[in-house]
Order: sequence, then C-alpha cells, then structure tokens
Amino acid sequence: MRTADVVVIGGGIHGCSTALHLALRGLKPILVEKDYAGRHASGVNAGGVRQLARHLAEIPLSISSMEIWEHIQELVGDDCGFTSHGTVLVAESEAELASFKARVDDLRLRGFTHEELIDRAELKRLVPAVSDHCPGGVVSRRDGAADPFRATQAFRRRAVEKGAEVIEGVMVTGLKRLGEIWRVETSDGPIEAPKVVNAAGAWADRIAALLGEPVPLHVIAPMLMVTSRLPAFIQPVVILRGRKLSFKQLENGTVVIGGGHLATPYRDRNATVLDWTKLAASAETVWELFPAMRAATIVRAWAGIEARMPDDIPVIGRSGTSEGVYHQFGFSAHGFQLGPGTGAMMAELVATGSTNVPIDGLEIDRFRTKI
Amino acid sequence: MTEASELAASYELVVIGGGPAGLAAATLAAQAGVQTVLFDENPGIGGQIYRGITSTPVRDRAVLGDDYWAGGALADEARTSGALIVNGATVWTLDPTLTVGVSIAGKARLIQAKRVIVATGSLERPFPIPGWTLPGVMTAGAAQTALKAQGLVPAGRTVMAGSGPLLWLLAAQLIRAGAKIEALLDTTPRLNWLRALPFTPDFMISPLWSKGLKLLREVKAKMLVIPVGSVEAVGSDKLSEVVFDGRRVPADLLLLHQGVVPNVNLAIAAGAEHRWNSRQLCFEPVLDRDFNSSVPGIAVAGDGAGIAGGPAAAERGRIAAIAAVRALKPSASVPDPQTARNALQREESGRAFLDVAYRPADAFRRPTGETIACRCEEVTAKQVRDNADLGCEGPNQMKAFLRCGMGPCQGRLCGLTITELIADQRHTTPAEVGYYRLRPPVKPITLAELASLPISEAERKAVER
Amino acid sequence: MFKRLDDAGTTMTLTVDGTPIRARSGDTVAVAMLAAGIDHCRTTPVNDVPRAPYCLMGVCFDCLVTIDGVGSRQGCLVPVREGMKVETQLGKREAGR
Repeated sequence: MRTADVVVIGGGIHGCSTALHLALRGLKPILVEKDYAGRHASGVNAGGVRQLARHLAEIPLSISSMEIWEHIQELVGDDCGFTSHGTVLVAESEAELASFKARVDDLRLRGFTHEELIDRAELKRLVPAVSDHCPGGVVSRRDGAADPFRATQAFRRRAVEKGAEVIEGVMVTGLKRLGEIWRVETSDGPIEAPKVVNAAGAWADRIAALLGEPVPLHVIAPMLMVTSRLPAFIQPVVILRGRKLSFKQLENGTVVIGGGHLATPYRDRNATVLDWTKLAASAETVWELFPAMRAATIVRAWAGIEARMPDDIPVIGRSGTSEGVYHQFGFSAHGFQLGPGTGAMMAELVATGSTNVPIDGLEIDRFRTKI
Repeated sequence: MTEASELAASYELVVIGGGPAGLAAATLAAQAGVQTVLFDENPGIGGQIYRGITSTPVRDRAVLGDDYWAGGALADEARTSGALIVNGATVWTLDPTLTVGVSIAGKARLIQAKRVIVATGSLERPFPIPGWTLPGVMTAGAAQTALKAQGLVPAGRTVMAGSGPLLWLLAAQLIRAGAKIEALLDTTPRLNWLRALPFTPDFMISPLWSKGLKLLREVKAKMLVIPVGSVEAVGSDKLSEVVFDGRRVPADLLLLHQGVVPNVNLAIAAGAEHRWNSRQLCFEPVLDRDFNSSVPGIAVAGDGAGIAGGPAAAERGRIAAIAAVRALKPSASVPDPQTARNALQREESGRAFLDVAYRPADAFRRPTGETIACRCEEVTAKQVRDNADLGCEGPNQMKAFLRCGMGPCQGRLCGLTITELIADQRHTTPAEVGYYRLRPPVKPITLAELASLPISEAERKAVER
Repeated sequence: MFKRLDDAGTTMTLTVDGTPIRARSGDTVAVAMLAAGIDHCRTTPVNDVPRAPYCLMGVCFDCLVTIDGVGSRQGCLVPVREGMKVETQLGKREAGR
C-alpha cells in the first residue's frame, strides 16, 4: 500500500506548486496526474504573469504570487523564461478609459496600488506600435510573461528533488474515507493519505462529485495563435477589455495572440476543435490595434482544456463536505500567474490548518445552494 | 483561376490534393453526380508524380518516360468530369466537423464538406547528413520537379546520393535529358538485399521488377555508381564538396533521396489516428478497407495512406470515392470497387521487396553531433539526444524545450528524425515515442488572410465582452 | 546549378533585390531564381545562415522570399509575373512586410 502525507490530484502548475511547497515544509506528497505535468491548460496558455484586471477576491493571492515570480529562479532552479515589462490594458474609447479610471480609483481606496491609469502619451511611450485611436489605459508595471510549460515542469522537477513523488499517466478513479485516512483509488492501485488536494483543473468537478459536493464547473477551451518570428516591436503584454484580446511578443520574436475566444473541448479525448470565425475576428482586432501586424504569419493555433466557474473566480479552500480535503481549481483561464502563490498558500493551509493569505469569497460552499 | 469569392459555402465532397489519388477520386465522384471540389496548392494538377502534366516544357517523351505520360489520361478525365478543380488553393485546416479552411491568392474561406478525401500524398524522407542545409543541397524530387515543370536540368558538378527506386528513375530521366552527373552514391545497406530475398518471388511477378531492372541497367551504363556508408556536404555559405567514405569530390549540387513517406500533417491535425509502420519506417493513418480514417467522413487516399506509388494511389482514390458516393447518394451508380481493389492489389504486390531492399540505414535516419535535425529552428542532433537523456520522453515535450517542430514546416522535415532520435537515445521504439501533436493551420496563413474570412455581425459580436 | 533544356516559352523580367533576372512563363519564383544562378534566397531567423530551396514542393519552407512587399511567401508555389519584385528574406521577417 502506497502512503503519503498528502495526495495532490492534478499536475498543472497548481498541483505541482502545491506539491513543491508541501515538500518544502517537510511533508511527503504524492502527486497523481492522468497525462503528464503541464499537458493541459497550465502548459499551453499564453504565459501571462498578470496582476492587472483581476477580481478583488484574487488580488491578495496574485500579489503574493508575484513576489514568488520575481524570485522564481531561487525557488525552482529555472527562470522559467519570466520577463517583466508590465501589462497594459488599452482603452479604445474615452468611455472605456473613464470606466478604467473608476476601477483604479476603487482599487486605491481598498489599498491596492498595482494598477495605474495612463494617458495617451504614456500609452504611446509604453506601446509605440499601438493604434492612434487609443486614448490611454491602465498599466501594471510589475507584470510580465513566462513560458508556461517550462514553468510547470520546473515546479514538478523541483518538487521531486525536494521529496515529492510524481506519478504520471495514472487517473484517480475513487475517493473513500476510512477512519482518519483517505483511500485514493487510481488506475494503478490505491494510495492512502490523511489529506487530499483537488487540483484537477477541467476534471476537478468529477473529483468534487466523488466527495458528494458537485460544482457547476464548465469545461472551456480558450484558443491561442502564434506567429513566426518578427523583429522586436513591443515589450509589455497588451490586453483589451471591450474586445477580447491578449497580445505579447516573446524574446524569440514570435507573437502570441489570445483573448479567451473559445474552441469546443472534448475533455475525455484530450481534444479540441478550433473555431476559425472567432480567430478571424481576433485577427481583425489585432489588425485594428496594431497596423504593423497585418502581414504577420500565423504559424499555429491551439486551445487548452480549462475549467471555468460561473462567477469567473476559482474554488480555493477546504472541502465543504469532507474533512482533510482541499480544493484548488476553477481558475477560469487566468490561473497561471496565481500558481506559485496559491501552492504556497495551500501548503500552509494543509500543513498548519490556516493561512495568512485572504481567500474569502473563493470557498466551494458559495455554490451549495445554487446548483 | 477560381477566386475565393467564387467558392460555394459548402460542397458534398471536398478532395484535397491534385495528384493521382485526388484526380481519380474527384473524377469518379463527379461522374456519379456528387458536387465535388478539388483543391491543390500548386499552379497545375498532377501532384508530384505527374507534376506539370498539362504544361511541361519537356517535349521529348522519352525523357520523362511512359509512366509519367500515363498521368495525362487522369488529368484529362478530371478536367472533364464536372468536378470543380481549384489550383493555387492551400488548405490550412480540416477538423472533425468537416470544416475546410482554404486560401486562394491571399483570401481565405471556410467551406463545409459532407465528406472529405485527403490526398496530400507523400514527401521525401528527411536525409539529415552533415551540411544538408547548405544552399546547393536539394532533394532528388526537387530536381525532378524542376525538370518536369520548368524543363530545367542540373548544370555544373552534380552528385546524387541515397537509395530507392525514385533515385534511379530521376538518374535515368536526367541522363536522357542530357545532364551530366559526376556520381551516384548508393547508400543502400548491403545487407538489405539478403533481407529482401524472401520477398523476391512476389516482386519478380510484379510489373515493378522488369521496369526496375531496365532502369538500373540504363543508369549503371551511363553513370558512375559507388556504394557508400557515409555522405557529407561541405562548404561555407554554399556547397563546395561532397565527402563520402573518406573521399572528397568538388560539387555545386547534391541531390539527396532515401525514399518517400506519407505527408501526415493535414490528416493528423484533423484528428485522424496514426500508427507507426515499422517496415516502412514512418507514421501512417489507421484506415479501413475503404480508406476511411478514424474521423467519420474523412478518408485518406494515395501515398498519404501508406507508400505504394502513383498507380496504386489512383486506385485508392477510386475506392475512397466509391465509399463517399455511396454515403452521399446511395442511389447513384458507381463502378464495382472490386475492380479497383484487384488493380490495387496488383500494384501493391512487390512493395514489400522494395520496402526491405531500400530500407534506409540507421546512420542516415538517426544523425549525431552537430548535424541539423530540425532545419527550421536549427536544432542539432546532439541537442535532441542530450534532452532525451535529461528525461524528455517524447517529441511534444522536446518541442517545448528546443522548439524543434515549431517552425513553419511543422515537422515535415524533422518529425521522423526527432521521433527516431528519442527512440534511439531512450532505447525504445518510435511506436512508443509517438509523433508531434499537430495543429492547424497546417500551412502558415497571414493575419490578413485570416481576417479576410467572411464574418457575420453575430460572430463579430461574439468576441466582444 | 541549373540550365534550361530549351528556349521555348514567353520570357519576362522580374527583379531580385533590385537586380533584373530573366524568367519564363511557367516558372515559379524559386525556380526562376535557381535558373538565374542565385545562391540563396533567405537567411535564417535563428542563426542568420543562408538557405536556398530544398524540396521545391512546398514542404521545406527554405524558399521563403518577400514578393511584392509581402514576406514569408513560399517561392516554389508562386508563379512568376512580369515585373514582380522579389526580395531575399533576411533573418526575422519585418512586422510590416
């Protein structure tokens, strides 16, 4: 019988980060991943390391995560391709800019200063290639981008070095409480541990269902496109609000275009079918925002398989029905940046029973009456 | 030339590829009354084997040989069949909903198909030798294309190297066209002939036998043929010498060939299951006897289904088309597929011998050291092997670390090499290692082309918050 | 590297990096450049090394050139036209082209 202090279900960045931080606390986790670490959303997203434009409930976790990103090399022995030139949210009209100002003012009242309103001149200074029709925006200067697969693998590798066991190609099929212990059934035999963390991403609802706490998780497949290499012409990550777009140029010159347009997922086959009309609309958006991109070549398009919650914020915290089980899923297409900090916070919660990072509003019970 | 705006929003049958399989399939389906469109990215039909069949400037029929000219009938039938044939049309996406994305002259369209036949044929197996990326090194197929389509022959000091029937065919065609070739370096491993012995009886009764013998004799009479164990291209900014088994010869052009392999990119990106063929050393689609893939509504015909040559491709195209017609218009009259199956079987007999006899040596499939494994991203064999040692188990993880496979060719010239290198280094099989996960667009498209897709207001609104 | 078997077909002129070359109707851009003895058509974005067409059938992407201002075109798939402006593609393709 395999035993552990904690079984972590799911090898995305959240599962791997939690496994690492548990191991750093001297606990012995076993991480069970049905494919391989970083196979899904964590490994194929746009890599945005972003504090900007987050729901209030996520901001404390985002800030604590950002501190870790800035020292990521020390934590995982790999810089994960992290670079920081800020994220800029571009306003396309005066009305939009006014709504951004209202938000920034509200954040300041609450003590958050990471978002800064900028005018047309500052926008042009930060993003010279942006179209002239944009009157300003918001910048979060500490933000940046990293290589998602590399980062997830770095957390996995360091977790193993620090004593975690990572089992890949194995699926969790059952969860049973035996006294003070959880018996986690898998396709490769059972594992017993007093604590379990559900970090199973787009499949986390199935784990929750095994515990008698179904959640309204919606499986989505956000699409991305990448171009061939272009000479460097943009440094910060650019996002739009009114029209869906995220836009960044990597060190190697390729440009990654995202924004959350959805493909059709088939989560039981690890497959997605892309929607080209939406990608075409995305191409039009890029065209209007960055005229210089018109002749850029799209070399690849893809979609990851991700979980979205109806209120667009994750499920983090203790299980509502099951002692010793914790949830860490539902990041709704913006969980990458939160990975390092949420893993640290979750390890603290699991090991000590409480955490210093506020996670109010993220508990699974908020769905209890709504199903 | 048909323009993108002239295409209908849907067709009953979309055939992708205008080589023998695509031409035969489109002809049969159109003649049976099915609304058929054939897309081919080249300026003319014929694919590779019949390239330039309607326009070649090569007047002397003896140069290209009878097998080439047999393609003329296929081309003529297709053009009069009622199928819409669109050249200069690059298909960049196909998915299980049978949506086909195609670009013509910089304008893109999405076409809905009821059935699709993928007939994108084969391409030459990568031949990763030191210096193979130098200007002046090309494939034998490239020289053949330049001959057929534009009537060009190598000038200057030309060396051919490799193994396989197409190498001999090209050598013969070039001799007949008056080109002078310094030498043909034959990389066929000597042991292959012993291994091929059990297959010889089948081969001897197939039409390939006598054709092959004649070709070999013709070439050996006029060209220096040297068996070699190693080949290198040497030069600074372009080819200047070819080095083989310790000897050097000055050269301006080196033509490489070690067989052809299925062009799997569109079929894999469409979701069709593929598997490793350990005799032909390549990945091929998993198909039923009508050439239907694992994706309902998508068939793969021709060399893309597995290497078997031009005439076999046409028969496969016919079989796939018959199945498509029966599914679309059950009451339509179609030929008995058994005729095509019998013809196919005749064409396929003798293939086993060729596969074994011309199986490329490990050394030419599994390079070492500074030899480039991925041309687009300039990744060396050593980098791939070292990463495999560090724990990289498959090509998709390798892709994330080294960028191999992320360039525009999308693995067409490196996929097999990368898979074989990982298998070699980790002491496992290519079947275990698997292949790149391929995604559309299978050919790069510009942002302008993508933005040129007709989008309804509703669709535009869908991408707003 | 290559020569024409005969002189049939209409000739036309294109420019490659400003220099005029003779081509024939039915040529693709890549073949016209080869026939004109042009050594390389691009340099790579990773290591800046020269490349020339390898496969002439649209799979190797080594024949990438800029044609009439549009970059990363596969020269082996584009038929020549009178007056075409071809430019070798140096390194990373420029954003506006």
